[in-house]
Amino acid sequence: MSADVHKRTFVVWVEDQPGVLNRVASLFRRRAYNIESLNVGQTHEPGVSRMTVVCHADSDTAKRIEANLYKLVNVLEVDDITHKASLIRDLALIKVRATSDNREQIVRLCEVFRARVVDVGPENLVIEITGAPGKIKGLVTVLEEYGIEEMVQSGAIALTRGVEPSMTRRNNSRPTLVA
Amino acid sequence: MTASPPEPQAPITRESMPDRRGESLTGSQIIWESLVREGVTVCFGYPGGAIMPAYDAMLQYPVHHVLVRHEQGAAHMADGYARVSGEVGVAVATSGPGATNLVTGIATAMLDSSPIVCITGQVPAHLLGSDAFQETDITGVTLPITKHNYLVTRAADIAPTIREAFYIARSGRPGPVLVDITKNALQESCEFVWADEEPTLPGYRPTYTPLPAHIAEAIALVHKAKRPILFCGQGVIKSGASDALKAFVEATDIPVACTLLGLGGFPASHPRNLGMMGMHGEAWVNTAIQEADLIIAAGMRFDDRVTGNLKTYATGARKIHIELDPSEINKNVKVDVPIIGDVREVLGELTPHLQKVERPNWLARISELKGDSAVRDIKHLPDLGKLYAAHVIHDLWRLTDGKALVVTDVGQHQMWEAQYYHHEQPSTLVTSGGLGTMGFGLPAAIGARFARPDDNIWVIAGDGGFQMTACELSTCAQEKLKVNIAIINNGYLGMVRQWQQFFYGGRYAATPIVSPDFVKLAEAHGLKGLRVTSRADVAAAVREAEAHPGTVVIDFRVEQEDAVYPMVPAGADLHDMIKRPARQVDGKPAVHNPIFETGEDR
Repeated sequence: MSADVHKRTFVVWVEDQPGVLNRVASLFRRRAYNIESLNVGQTHEPGVSRMTVVCHADSDTAKRIEANLYKLVNVLEVDDITHKASLIRDLALIKVRATSDNREQIVRLCEVFRARVVDVGPENLVIEITGAPGKIKGLVTVLEEYGIEEMVQSGAIALTRGVEPSMTRRNNSRPTLVA
Repeated sequence: MTASPPEPQAPITRESMPDRRGESLTGSQIIWESLVREGVTVCFGYPGGAIMPAYDAMLQYPVHHVLVRHEQGAAHMADGYARVSGEVGVAVATSGPGATNLVTGIATAMLDSSPIVCITGQVPAHLLGSDAFQETDITGVTLPITKHNYLVTRAADIAPTIREAFYIARSGRPGPVLVDITKNALQESCEFVWADEEPTLPGYRPTYTPLPAHIAEAIALVHKAKRPILFCGQGVIKSGASDALKAFVEATDIPVACTLLGLGGFPASHPRNLGMMGMHGEAWVNTAIQEADLIIAAGMRFDDRVTGNLKTYATGARKIHIELDPSEINKNVKVDVPIIGDVREVLGELTPHLQKVERPNWLARISELKGDSAVRDIKHLPDLGKLYAAHVIHDLWRLTDGKALVVTDVGQHQMWEAQYYHHEQPSTLVTSGGLGTMGFGLPAAIGARFARPDDNIWVIAGDGGFQMTACELSTCAQEKLKVNIAIINNGYLGMVRQWQQFFYGGRYAATPIVSPDFVKLAEAHGLKGLRVTSRADVAAAVREAEAHPGTVVIDFRVEQEDAVYPMVPAGADLHDMIKRPARQVDGKPAVHNPIFETGEDR
């Protein structure tokens, strides 16, 4: 594999039909593409779901991933947004041990990270944070000394800045290399 | 109470079929209404519990059903039918084991881009996921080996799904599509609605137009090349590009090498046809590829069996890749100019812009490479009292005037066929290339028979692969089919034995194979069996087989431990070929004896 292997983010619009997630996941597995996260959810358009796939690949492989995704009948459009101006966010919920003595301290730490306390228990707090994976990792590191009881993190979801592709553009979209 | 016998009915023809659009029909009837409207006249299948309603409805429709002996055979028959007709082949099976038995045939069709539609019965929708009797998640199982698949649970979805399935199977890069239909959907009724226009699928874009910049770059590269070579792959045959390729070669005088599945795409006798490339390709073809400065790859995918070691593959050549599927670009071999489109259209677009460039040195170099390894006429060479597979296939080529439709199985005989049977026309060789499916030959030939009722069809199979689907001899008997079967019987799983000889110290682990008496096996099916043990008897047996109205099995008892030469070991450099050892006479290499080298014959 060539030197330009790095993390790449694909946005994949798919028909909202049973089994589509399986088709996409199966493609990455059988072609041995190294997947880091895959997120799927609804969009404002009825019948259209949107996936954000983060994986490690060189630029040639990235083109083939795109072309292979287009081969799936239920895939409407693929956009490799790796080099596009975009917003990429993870969501994490972190349950951290907290006593009346250090609760204030933890809350102040959260403010630094722009995280929010969403639940308070007698012996713990649940903190919600959104942001790039690096920021979440930063908060996790400082919370570790208080004792993290449990945490959950979504995969990345991503949105390019500027205008989203319309359905019209989507129906004419093609893999790179093709007119 | 006794059941009254069914009323005798006049046979239903396509012409006498009433237009039942708008009527209320069962899902089962809708299947056949849809298939007939898709132009299906024959299907290959095996009934069972979940698909029984569809079989019951079948009797009302003008589709000939071929009862197979194992569902793998049904998928291969549909595949064989598709490969020679260019139409979609249809296989039908029940749920569970019926459906899973199709899997090998579906994967075979997938790897060789063959358009088939498989219709499977499924347990009733309310039982899905309950591990009901004969329930298998066949859409899950076949997800990675189909171009697309469907699970249909409502009668109203059957017609549009079958329409889509056929459209997807045959368009773009063709491939297998499976439609799994629950039993309740077969039994329920709904209004039959059929849309004649091609389905529109929002995410499916099968046709591509190449970028003009890439066309221009390709033209410049072709004009500049001093040592160009063109690869003819199966895409040439699938897109009907043989004439376009001939025009291209006549305009440019560029020599052509074929992949296994590309054989026949360009006439073997054409002076610019060099022969087959790859693991068992001609030595001069592989060497020419390594020395070329431009490769124009048309409708092929740089399979590892044609490239050998990628690091040393054609390092001096610029590469133009004409290919319909963008996901093939740079997959195995990095190319300089990708041209995404239909091979016929692309060649047609390129040719008018190309001038002939004289390259006498390159053509002379290739002749020199052919030099001492080219056979002048194998027919007159001694057989040393033995029956060689090469002789059998060479003689078969002669005796059939090179005009037979040959369907092979997989193994040594397949490679000998590729070397010794010279194909002049596209779709005259049917063989499992990508998946290398043993057991493919006989059922694929049965399928091909329904597409080519008048052709002289020969199956060439090994004693191992033939036994994997030999049960389909019964299908030949029941359908009263005429297929000639040449078993190249060497008592070994020959190709594996050859690898053991070359790479595993000659330890023949599980390769000696005991076979039934193939003559008696044929006779047990009510078919004709013949045995040939010497070359002198080949011609008489072939003639006798061809004259017989039914299926004939010829058991050719060939030299047992012969190997296919030349051979590029898996993963080795393409120019690093194992050649047949020279025969020793008095401790010295004998005068060159071309039978020991290669199959070139003009």
